[in-house]
Amino acid sequence: MTKVPVQFTLNGSEKAEFIDSGTTLLNALRDKIGDTSPKGGCHQGTCGACSVIIDGELRLSCLTLAETCNGATITTTSGLAEGGVLHPLQRAFLDTFATQCGFCTPGMIMAAKVLLDHTPNPSREDVVEALSGNICRCTGYEPIIQAVLSAARANSQNAA
Amino acid sequence: MELRKNYFADVRKDDLHEIGQPRPRSDSPGHVTGKTAYFADRNFPGMLHLKMVRSPHHHARIRSIDTSEAEKHPGVVKVLTAKDVPHNVYTILILIQVGPEDETVLADGKVRWKGEAVVAVLAETERAAQEAAAKVKVDYEVLPAVFDMEEALKPGAPLVNEYHGQNYYLYDSGECRKVRFGDVEAGFAEADHVLEQSYQSSPIEHAPTETTGCVVVPEGNDRFTCYTNTQAMFFTLDNTSIILQMPGSKLHFVGGTVGGGFGGKVDVIVEPIAILGAKLTGRPVCFIYSREEEMQISSPRAAEKVIIKDGVMKDGRIIARKVTGYTDAGAYSRHSPYGAQKGAGHYPGPYTIPNVWIDTYCVYTNRTPSSAMRGFGVTIGDFALEVQMDKLARLIGMDPLEFRFINAYRDGDMKAHRQPTEGAALIECMQEASRVANWPVAEKYMAMSSYKNGA
Repeated sequence: MTKVPVQFTLNGSEKAEFIDSGTTLLNALRDKIGDTSPKGGCHQGTCGACSVIIDGELRLSCLTLAETCNGATITTTSGLAEGGVLHPLQRAFLDTFATQCGFCTPGMIMAAKVLLDHTPNPSREDVVEALSGNICRCTGYEPIIQAVLSAARANSQNAA
Repeated sequence: MELRKNYFADVRKDDLHEIGQPRPRSDSPGHVTGKTAYFADRNFPGMLHLKMVRSPHHHARIRSIDTSEAEKHPGVVKVLTAKDVPHNVYTILILIQVGPEDETVLADGKVRWKGEAVVAVLAETERAAQEAAAKVKVDYEVLPAVFDMEEALKPGAPLVNEYHGQNYYLYDSGECRKVRFGDVEAGFAEADHVLEQSYQSSPIEHAPTETTGCVVVPEGNDRFTCYTNTQAMFFTLDNTSIILQMPGSKLHFVGGTVGGGFGGKVDVIVEPIAILGAKLTGRPVCFIYSREEEMQISSPRAAEKVIIKDGVMKDGRIIARKVTGYTDAGAYSRHSPYGAQKGAGHYPGPYTIPNVWIDTYCVYTNRTPSSAMRGFGVTIGDFALEVQMDKLARLIGMDPLEFRFINAYRDGDMKAHRQPTEGAALIECMQEASRVANWPVAEKYMAMSSYKNGA
């Protein structure tokens, strides 16, 4: 199979790989680069577990071809904590018991981060809308919604 | 969280240090940082991908299987059929002497449900395995199928599973699990009203976000390490040992991290064949259900049918209850004989009724085998029972919550299966529910206690 080169910035580090043409970004991240924080729940763009941030936008890595990401800046949940200090969203997910099995958590945090980056003080409806592409089968969603609202409050208090 | 102190004050120490206190979950830091290692996060050089050829028919005889084209497909390393599996016919609960062995790891001569595993293909890539699986030729003779439990129990119905010989599980008590208490017919004769209703449910899929699967690595010491998301580690290890005729000491299972289970990952379904593939190829093997397989192939909660006949007095006492329960096992037992048995033990619900008759059947049909799911065997029964309770209350013009106070079991009451009631807190639960839900009941019910000498 034809190999193609891809090069992008992942969580602040330069990455370069030769991949099979047609490889999804999800498989490239997990199998080639070793970042297993995006999860494969459906491989058809319906569960949101593979969500990553590409150039500031929320993307489903299972539906994104890796070769289309040349030169992109990609963020995954494994890259959020800085110097061992959890991101406010990660802290909020811990404090509000927003994780159970944890499989949807990295994708949820990605979706929440894009929301808060664009809308620092979201309404509950904003949060529900932002998480609507991410499936959780354990929590019933409420603790996750509360986590995002609580992270937003913490951010605005820090800013004030 | 408010812990009210008026219930069971005599036996409470109220020196609780954990209950009512938030405590961090030990696994959450891994979850929020993406560091938690699920089985599929393990990647090994040279890992093969396993894909299953599945039956397109609900019930069919297999005339022949031709794997020659699949074996020639580029990237294919091994193709497995029934003859490759050392002990191909198994059943999960044989470990606790609940037989007979009734299910094939790979179909041998017959398929009994649409989706049954027939041939396993191992290839260098997922795509090669998928393409080769499509090249396996299976010649089927389609047989009549049965999908309805009551149809399956009629004389002349197609026989689903020859290992049972009839379309129901044969308990030591006979064709069903039975509870007999008092004289139910005398109870119906004495009752002011008799109400018989039937309740039905469809299969329910757990739909975990992480699909069922495992990754197997052959180790240098002739052992196999199996990374799995099973919810039943030792059931899986021991059954794998039986299926592969391999001492358990050769099997090292690593698990405990499950991306959603809800009971859907207690079957022994991916590990034995993946370990066999690793053994025969000497390579790491991954076998991961696609989302379609998770929805269509993995066991759902059983479909159930529950028929409840109650005799009730105008004063609110239920004096007779007859329940007939049917649990649809699908084509194979898995955990359903246990589920149906649990149903028998669970009826007639948390109520004290002097005359009870219960029959619960575990029935085989050509549907997807069902298995465990959150309270299987009792959840659908509770739905049926509580809807029935509401209907009975309406029938005699009584408040549905007060009706339950009248019938609630209390300490010392004899249950239908001859276990005296101990530690019942149903009265107190309902009192608290009445308070919290702002659904007031008469003062005499608020003064009741689970201790019968109390009120």
